[in-house]
Amino acid sequence: MRQFWRMMLRNPGGLIGLVILTIAIAVAVFGPLLFPTSPWRMVQRPFLPPFTLAGLPLGTDALGRDVMAGIIYGARVSLLVGLVSTLAALAIGVPVGAAAGYFGGRIGDALMRFTEFFQTVPSFALAIVLVAVLQPSIVSIVIAIAIVSWPPVARLVRGEVLSLRTREYVQAAIVTGQTNSWIIWREILPNALSPVIVLASLMVATAILLESSLSFLGLGDPNLMSWGYMVGAGRTVIRQAWWITVFPGVAILISVLALNLIGEGLNDALNPRLNKDGR
Amino acid sequence: MLAFIAQRIGKAVIVLLAIVVLNFFLIRLAPGDPALVMAGEAGAGDQIFLAQLREKFGLDQPLPVQLFLYVKGIISLDLGFSFRQQMPVSKLILDRLPATLLLTGTAFAISLAFGVLFGTLAARRAGSWTDTAITVLALIFYATPLFWVALMAILLFSVTMDWLPSFGYETVGANYTGLAHVLDVGAHLIMPATTIGLFFMATYARMTRASMLEVKRLDFVKTARAKGLRDAVIQRRHVLRNALLPVVTLAGLQAGTLVGGAVLTETVFAWPGIGRLMYEALLQRDYNLLLGVFVVCSAMVLAFNLITDLIYRSVDPRIEFAA
Repeated sequence: MRQFWRMMLRNPGGLIGLVILTIAIAVAVFGPLLFPTSPWRMVQRPFLPPFTLAGLPLGTDALGRDVMAGIIYGARVSLLVGLVSTLAALAIGVPVGAAAGYFGGRIGDALMRFTEFFQTVPSFALAIVLVAVLQPSIVSIVIAIAIVSWPPVARLVRGEVLSLRTREYVQAAIVTGQTNSWIIWREILPNALSPVIVLASLMVATAILLESSLSFLGLGDPNLMSWGYMVGAGRTVIRQAWWITVFPGVAILISVLALNLIGEGLNDALNPRLNKDGR
Repeated sequence: MLAFIAQRIGKAVIVLLAIVVLNFFLIRLAPGDPALVMAGEAGAGDQIFLAQLREKFGLDQPLPVQLFLYVKGIISLDLGFSFRQQMPVSKLILDRLPATLLLTGTAFAISLAFGVLFGTLAARRAGSWTDTAITVLALIFYATPLFWVALMAILLFSVTMDWLPSFGYETVGANYTGLAHVLDVGAHLIMPATTIGLFFMATYARMTRASMLEVKRLDFVKTARAKGLRDAVIQRRHVLRNALLPVVTLAGLQAGTLVGGAVLTETVFAWPGIGRLMYEALLQRDYNLLLGVFVVCSAMVLAFNLITDLIYRSVDPRIEFAA
């Protein structure tokens, strides 16, 4: 563990990502305490440019709502959706991949065909259809993102399990008569954890992008302020008020960038044998 | 070779059928009676009309029969009827398809050409200033939401500089012909195609770079060097050619993402393609149209995967055309 942190700290990109993510989480958790006013409330005249009033550093939107407050409340939605939908995708992908790799044969083939099917379907289009049909809400968004993003997890886990299954310690567990589920959960999966962690951190980033794209198209939860919604709402008035679209977009960009940097840092730290030269 | 192609086409058809079945169940996931949904689109909800709709679309039949009718309809290219637009869904999609193919095709060509170019440049001078600049830029574009890049491009090149038109496929009412028409469409195409292209360019550049660095270490490159070949020849014929394989695979896998990119970009630039059509269907909750576009997008992705699969096998003769 200590070595892991040392590797992580030696990676400047990963470190920057970690700092940004910590700030983003702090904003999401404590921000609403500093900005108790609802981001939906009109606080000033519409189209107030940024940096003109001390209380409203990022100005107001077309309805006089505080852009800064929107970004702070939006951080909650983005991070929450990113995290929960990734966990949900892992909950589908890990068992499917583990079963496919461990049992192999017909079951494994069938599971992998199923996985490939979901990987072939255009993911963003499927997510749009799912959210539209299930009605936009934070739950349907999480479900849609999880459904379109679990296949890479299943494929990765299957590959890991396939190679671990032939190891001697697993064979020993089989010989001593352990149950299949014990072997999978206690013997195999813990050793397949590090590539899954790397993939998961990148998936959180993709999920945030997906959520913002859905909200941008008007498929966000109507009761929650989100960055994608803000960009979508500001789009029609971009000629008069650039700041309404620019700032939420920067927020998305920074958070996704931070997560990608962390993913790469983790990759270097957890798989030191790979990527020897300057990646 | 022919047997291989036939087998692949067969597989694609099975996947497409599975997507159609998925589609069938998706519309039944929508809350409420599909007849009521359709009637709502048509703007009337009285009982007689509902009964008519049920009969017309076989909604009074048992579920397996309905599924059979639905699949049969799609095989004969009947994707249903859009009550909002008062037109068959297949006609609406066919009208919009060429614009999307032009946009995604251009975007794909831009991203692959420049992505491989930048990736090669970065790999050849690994650790240099050029490499760092390309890597950082690729990282940023990889993390930027497409719709936001599109809006920033409009802000910069249309609003501030006034260089390029910000929306549409051609200048409305100008009625250009010949070369003037091509140039006009081209001017409208640059921004949307580059917007989609940037994201994929970043992906391909990262992939090419990583892959080239990996291939460079292999023994056959050392052999080529020992033979006294010029560096440019080694890079082009030995390193790049082998390094491109994973890039081609990735490009094939990303066809679906390309379609998603088209939905967002076409929406922002009012590009009259099927992505924009999907957005319109979404705004009007026109489920028949929405699901029709989804089926066509899936078919496009399958076709694209098939083509890359064939290219892949012709790029690398080591892979046999076996099943």
